[in-house]
Amino acid sequence: MFKILFDRDTWQEIFGSIQKNRLRTIVTVVGVLWGIFIFITLSGAAKGLDNGFDRQFQNVAINSMFLWAQTTSIPYNGFKTGRSLQLKLEDAQFLNNRIAELQYIAPRNAIGVFGSSAPSVVRNNKGGNYSIYGDYPIFTKIATKYIYDGGRFINQADIDQVRKVCVIGERTQSELFEEDENPIGDYIRISGVYFQVIGVHKFVPGGGFESDSDIFIPFTTFRNLYNTGDNVSWFALAAYDDADILSVEEDVKNAMRVKYNVHPKDERAFGSFNLGEIFNRVIGFSKGMNLLSLVVGIATILAGIIGIGNILLISVRERTKELGIRRALGATPNEVRSQIILESIFLSVSSGIMGIVLGSFVLAIINALTANNSTFPYTNPTVPLTYVAGALLLMVTLGTLIGLIPAQRAVSVKPIDALREE
Amino acid sequence: MIQLNNIHKSYNLKTNPLHVLKGINLSIEEGEMVAIMGASGSGKSTLLNILGMLDEADSGTYTLDDTPIVQLSETKAAQYRNKFLGFVFQSFNLISYKTALENVSLPLYYQKIPRKERLIKAKENLDKVGLGERIDHVPSELSGGEKQRVAIARALASEPKVLLADEPTGALDTKTSYDLMALIQEINEQGKTMVVITHEHDIANMCKRIVHLRDGVIVEDKKIKQVKAKDHVE
Repeated sequence: MFKILFDRDTWQEIFGSIQKNRLRTIVTVVGVLWGIFIFITLSGAAKGLDNGFDRQFQNVAINSMFLWAQTTSIPYNGFKTGRSLQLKLEDAQFLNNRIAELQYIAPRNAIGVFGSSAPSVVRNNKGGNYSIYGDYPIFTKIATKYIYDGGRFINQADIDQVRKVCVIGERTQSELFEEDENPIGDYIRISGVYFQVIGVHKFVPGGGFESDSDIFIPFTTFRNLYNTGDNVSWFALAAYDDADILSVEEDVKNAMRVKYNVHPKDERAFGSFNLGEIFNRVIGFSKGMNLLSLVVGIATILAGIIGIGNILLISVRERTKELGIRRALGATPNEVRSQIILESIFLSVSSGIMGIVLGSFVLAIINALTANNSTFPYTNPTVPLTYVAGALLLMVTLGTLIGLIPAQRAVSVKPIDALREE
Repeated sequence: MIQLNNIHKSYNLKTNPLHVLKGINLSIEEGEMVAIMGASGSGKSTLLNILGMLDEADSGTYTLDDTPIVQLSETKAAQYRNKFLGFVFQSFNLISYKTALENVSLPLYYQKIPRKERLIKAKENLDKVGLGERIDHVPSELSGGEKQRVAIARALASEPKVLLADEPTGALDTKTSYDLMALIQEINEQGKTMVVITHEHDIANMCKRIVHLRDGVIVEDKKIKQVKAKDHVE
């Protein structure tokens, strides 16, 4: 068998019969090429999505969560059900003391999110409504904020001195400032109070609800501006890397239930949002995409290979006479059979390789197009070599198997009947 | 060279079995040139197919060059065909996408003869049939007579013991037929055993012996004085 593979004559025979029917060959090749092309492109795209998610999550501490207060759902300790709860600034210290796994705790206040109307922000004759966040500098430890050159995020001095400074978003900048203006140092009016712009943050989507128009001001300034006292809208919490965020989440809520006199089983009193969990879900999603692309790809390859089998069946029929002549001249059934099978394998593999090349080409184009787009979760689409090798192996195997059908058909006709056919 | 003993062959058609060969006894010596004649349906093609191991007899014995031809597997039959027999068909049966040279070297390919040697041999055989100049032409570029010459060259290439020709001149005009018969006679003169199936008397008369078939039996088997085809060609 191996001798046949490396025999120049074998290939001459194969090329001869392939060239004889160019159209048929091309159609066949396109079928398989398409299959493997889909396979490569899909699995590359899935990988690109995977990498893209990875990149997006690198800006957020994976081991982080949000905590907010809701209303109780179970009467407890003399309190009726339906009591509204309000987080307080002191809870930060409380949680820090109670739960050792917590690395950072950032209290946040916000207006213009979760249904409250966004305050109006005005500069000269331009204006808009934007969400305002009251933040501590520690927040950047939990969610990285990229600030454009020349600017900075809120610092401790801003907090201490209750400065009226703000960090604005890219969109805010484009809507309030002219293109050639440098917003840093300039003033905008938030809810009627002038704020100096100290930085422009680059929007990084990170699975949250934030947008490219958010304005960050010091927590203390926010408190004064909107009269929120010690109220906190929610806490952003980050646990140490080796901590299990799910158990930390439970611990935090349990501690809060104790502190606020909430029934230990009251699941609705405090809401939380666990990025680790979301992250796992996204990973699961991209794993699912991977599987899907694998299944779809293999199914398409299968369809292509079946196409090869089908076309070879027709071609064997067309060539009944030729095969009859060959057998009259002394070709043994095995020789005829292996020729047909080799044709099948050759067609599968060569079109497969073309598909791989084409697929990689398309992936490269997509990569080039999305390379500078940071909002699109798509980075470096690659196909693992094992997939490529696996696909080729699959093609050889299936090519052989499917080739067996026309090959058997070719030898099942007696040479005499084959010759008689006009 | 060839011994046929009481060969029977019938085909099972839908309604009733058709008894085509009803006990054929035939012995052909080496170097003979035998014409098998008969009307259509007389069984001459069936006989040739049995001789060519393309078909198997129901009963009787067939010995070819002292080798009994019985119960052949497809593979064995293919090997024997390659080793013992050369075929020339009425419709030439050349492979259309191969050049004359490739067509002639095909049986040698199946004999596993190395490529170089194969091409030399094929060339020699094409020279022998007078087509040395046309080796790179595909069949569609050749005339009917030339195609049949290529077919003869191909049949000779494997150096068979017997050349079986089924109506070799059936698709050719008279002049070309005689040219071709002259070639076949020449090959026969060199010692090759020939069996020619024909229904044309003038072609049959160019052989050395005529076997007449009718309804599956040999009705006449006579040696004749061979007419030289060369004499009829200007």
